[in-house]
Amino acid sequence: MVRTNSTREKNSAATTGSRTTPVTVTTSTRRRPRLTRDQALLVAIGLPGALALIVFHYVPLLGNVIAWQDYQPYLGLTESDWVGWQNFSFLWDGNPEFRNALWNTIVLTVIQTVLIFPVPLALALVLNSLAGERLKRTLQSILYLPHFLSWVIVVALFQQMLGNAGMLNTFLVQHDFPVLHIIGAPELFKALVTSQAIWKDAGWGTILFLAAISRIDQEQYEAAAVDGANSRQRLWHITLPALKGLIVLLLILRLGSSLSVGFEQILLQQGPVGLQASEVLDTWVYNNGILGGNWGTSAAAGLVKGLVGVLLVIGANKLAHVFGERGVYEK
Amino acid sequence: MEKPGPVTQGLKFVVLAFAVAVVLIPFWSVVATSLADQKTINDAGGGMVMWPGSGANLDSYAAVLSGGVVTRAVVVSIAVTVVGTLLSLAATAGLAYWLSRPGARGAKPVLMLVLGAVLFSPGLIPSYLVVKEFHLLDSWWSLILPVLVNAFNVIVMRAFFQELPKELFESAAIDGVGAGTILLRIVLPLSKAVLAVIGLFYAVAYWNAFFNALLYIQSSDKWPMALVLRTYVVNQTTIGGDQVGGAEALPPQLPLQMAILVIAIVPILLVYPFLQRHFAKGVMIGAVKG
Repeated sequence: MVRTNSTREKNSAATTGSRTTPVTVTTSTRRRPRLTRDQALLVAIGLPGALALIVFHYVPLLGNVIAWQDYQPYLGLTESDWVGWQNFSFLWDGNPEFRNALWNTIVLTVIQTVLIFPVPLALALVLNSLAGERLKRTLQSILYLPHFLSWVIVVALFQQMLGNAGMLNTFLVQHDFPVLHIIGAPELFKALVTSQAIWKDAGWGTILFLAAISRIDQEQYEAAAVDGANSRQRLWHITLPALKGLIVLLLILRLGSSLSVGFEQILLQQGPVGLQASEVLDTWVYNNGILGGNWGTSAAAGLVKGLVGVLLVIGANKLAHVFGERGVYEK
Repeated sequence: MEKPGPVTQGLKFVVLAFAVAVVLIPFWSVVATSLADQKTINDAGGGMVMWPGSGANLDSYAAVLSGGVVTRAVVVSIAVTVVGTLLSLAATAGLAYWLSRPGARGAKPVLMLVLGAVLFSPGLIPSYLVVKEFHLLDSWWSLILPVLVNAFNVIVMRAFFQELPKELFESAAIDGVGAGTILLRIVLPLSKAVLAVIGLFYAVAYWNAFFNALLYIQSSDKWPMALVLRTYVVNQTTIGGDQVGGAEALPPQLPLQMAILVIAIVPILLVYPFLQRHFAKGVMIGAVKG
């Protein structure tokens, strides 16, 4: 950005000829003290933010070297022994807990991509086809409220609604139906976390789609209607193609975080469900590392997970370019 | 365009009514239950109610806010949210302004640093160790400093600053005004919308922060709301007199829990309508430029 601006200025100065050159020189010499002061000021107000990023983002990034160490908290980073690739052994020696976590993560990733991703799109299409602008706005505001609640609150709300003593079951018992064990049932856990994710973020997800829909040229719809296209055909041939780029973009971004399936959400609900059904990579890193004290293996697992995420994004982006979409970044 | 058929219209109505009900009913019943007395709850089979009935009272709120762990957590969460949001906004705006001025010294490598921070997350274990090495464990600063700057917010704000009309900066420069004055007199007043949006995102994040609190805060007298919620509402640990300032006759457990839940939700409901009109705009900038 910076470079393009300055080259453009140079080019324009060159084309307008030598007449402008002396003027620029005089102004720049006259203003130099001010400019240096400005530069120092810009750095000064920007530096605290940059330092925070370096200290709490890049230093930990480097701290991942403990994946190759037998890290001992009392020895610290510099004194702990180097152990080579030993900490990564869980990848190939078939550590059952790790494999279980990996399997749950993959299953949840697939479920969430297939089931969660289309919901905001569908909701946006239904909302968009409403007549009244005011009603649309109101409904939208209600629907994206849950996005701003923390997972602790969402999990608590679900417990109170669906738990054994929750609202649904109280109603069922009073009307002589059997109790439905939804919360704390291992076999329903994946369905539960999926519906929680939909409840929390489906409304929020409509924002981008609605904004993209509102940018579609209305004349296309009118022309299509004149040509005799019904509403379903207009949806299929105008709206969805117009949203294709955005859908691809969001899918790619999702892939990058695909191995992070609801960390806080799952951690909060692990107790009654048990690790077999609920352990995912993130919770394994937490349980194994912070609680279990296996710092090295946990850091290694976190590192592998992060790398796979980045590789997935790059791969998906390549794929998007093959299909002629823009993706997250160009080229 | 022809009107869609009545079946389609009806179906849309059902879908939207269902979605809205699914969002609103939990809130409604949580509030109703927090106001209910023991008799109402017993009549409802010991669970949640949709109507607090004749015995409606504010006893649970009074008990929860009369001192003890819960009251302290409310104060901690408010303090962390206010201090954290102000510091985050200042750091984010400063960094974004630096990166947004054409020809600013050192801006290019720092911009790479910011973009890299969006792409790579450092991982849980090393983050914990860094906080530990800085002796921030069990300190409220551990809830603020590690999340002080969100790189994505920097990019959004930088994009907004860059879209301000160039003529404003040029005429200010001709008038001999320096970068500091331009920031205070021109950029910030014109950026109220984006400051509000980003500020809201930070505030909500600080208020909701659960995982960092779980990781870094050890003593229960330093707990923010999220840990209180987990302990007394999600895990349903019994709330005794010690937790609520030693009231003699405690209200029943369920209304107490629901009162804590309501207290955790209310601040979000309060800021929501004020800033809501800016949401879509802020998110769009982020999506288009990021």
